[in-house]
Amino acid sequence: MIQFQYERATTTKAAINGLANNSNARFIAGGTNLVDLMKRNITAPTKLVDINMVPLKDIQQQNGKTSIGALALNSAVADNKLIIEKHPLLSQALNAGASAQIRNMATVGGNMMQRTRCPYFYDTALPCNKREPGSGCGALEGLNRMHAIFGTSEQCIAVHPSDMCIALVALDASVLVAGPKGERRIPFEEFHRLPGNQPEKDNTLQNNEMIISVEIPDNAFAKNAHYFKVRDRASYAFALVSVAAALNMDGKVIKEARLAMGGVAHKPWRLKEAEKALAGKPATEETFRQAAEIAMQGAKAFKYNAFKLKLGPNVIVEALKNAAGLV
Amino acid sequence: MDKNQANNRPEKEDHHESRRDFLKTSSILTAIAVAPVAVAKAAEHNLGEKISAAFETTPVNMTVNGVKKQLNVEPRSTLLDTLREQLDLTGTKKGCDYGQCGACTVHVNGQRVLSCLSLTVMHEGQEVTTIEGLAKGEELHPMQQAFIKHDGFQCGYCTPGQIMSAVACINEGHANNEADIKEFMSGNICRCGAYPNIVKAIQEVKNGGQKS
Repeated sequence: MIQFQYERATTTKAAINGLANNSNARFIAGGTNLVDLMKRNITAPTKLVDINMVPLKDIQQQNGKTSIGALALNSAVADNKLIIEKHPLLSQALNAGASAQIRNMATVGGNMMQRTRCPYFYDTALPCNKREPGSGCGALEGLNRMHAIFGTSEQCIAVHPSDMCIALVALDASVLVAGPKGERRIPFEEFHRLPGNQPEKDNTLQNNEMIISVEIPDNAFAKNAHYFKVRDRASYAFALVSVAAALNMDGKVIKEARLAMGGVAHKPWRLKEAEKALAGKPATEETFRQAAEIAMQGAKAFKYNAFKLKLGPNVIVEALKNAAGLV
Repeated sequence: MDKNQANNRPEKEDHHESRRDFLKTSSILTAIAVAPVAVAKAAEHNLGEKISAAFETTPVNMTVNGVKKQLNVEPRSTLLDTLREQLDLTGTKKGCDYGQCGACTVHVNGQRVLSCLSLTVMHEGQEVTTIEGLAKGEELHPMQQAFIKHDGFQCGYCTPGQIMSAVACINEGHANNEADIKEFMSGNICRCGAYPNIVKAIQEVKNGGQKS
């Protein structure tokens, strides 16, 4: 790891100012991803602004939404009574990610900012357009078992690694960010982006903007929500495919559904067409199977990840069955 | 991947050396330019190493196993390296050094964290507990006793991390049944496969007991 300048910020303003005039300066909070990337020389900031002292840890309920501070720890959110009661899908997704130690360090904002775990991104000896724009994509013709089946480009087929974000996109969250020009809100679905011809850009944050909080509008999904994650081992692994499913039920009929997938795209993959297909239907396996088929339309596999075309719909159906209480 | 990393290491060291030399030289020049007489004299007496160290390190105050420590660390020093190399607390193990194995688990302000993914400078004013801080004198912590009793290890390399994680797992309320324990201990890898015995040790301590 190269040497860098270190600075502590205690206010949002000081933190944002800390990034001014240095395009190679970064915020550090939990450090669980950034320190790893710095050790491997994948990223080499010349300055770190430590934002752990900025008071952004609160989880509050007001004005019809739950607001979660960007620096709330993943473990604190997963174990928070308000979250478990109102947004159990988020709590489940958080507990499905990483390990207890990492969840005690990682923050909500940091979780959103984590980089892909594509092995070509991680291996500095190999080409990767995300790490080194223009160098090529090693995964396209390489070992692409973990890679995307939706929204890929010629330049990048990496997947977004977070579990938390899959639940947040399903719950129609929005992201409050602050920058030199003031505050703005980004719908969660628009926070992360597809690779296109700029795979080096993971998200739509502007220069020197800082995540302040994530807001989840009140909803009627708490009773029938489930996060289902399939991975290579029982715990502490990134998703092959995961699904966040939330239903608003009227007896046995689905009034409204929310569905998102992880492990399949460069961003949390919301399944709006499948959601529409579920609305007004009885909560049966047949309904779920039909929605899963719609969800998988447009999926495109590469040499080693064709199994995701079969696994994907099965995970959707299982997540929905669990959410509906059919399991 | 392993092979590649091993190959990369010398290269990184070289890079590090040359940068350090550069910093040393440039900081001496700066030091002389801004001219406190003592610094200039120190430079004349070949104390360049000390001067460059002063320019590159940051003071940090931490309480480690109940003892207050005033440290000077490079911002890039991980908590793991500071504990092992600067404080000689080698009970905390360096397994993967990339946050994948859990061997480096310590408690910071009572919470279990990975010391390999944490920069020491980020722990100003915090309390760190390592495996060395669990026992009370000669009296082992109940979790240490239970690991011995249930053979919760073979080679022992992951054991300090397992024990620190296990103590926290109970304190967090995540050790209510076997499935819970397995899930919430999944961040600690044991290549010898002592998992069933580790689960038994945790269950015994959780139940407050001397069950045989």
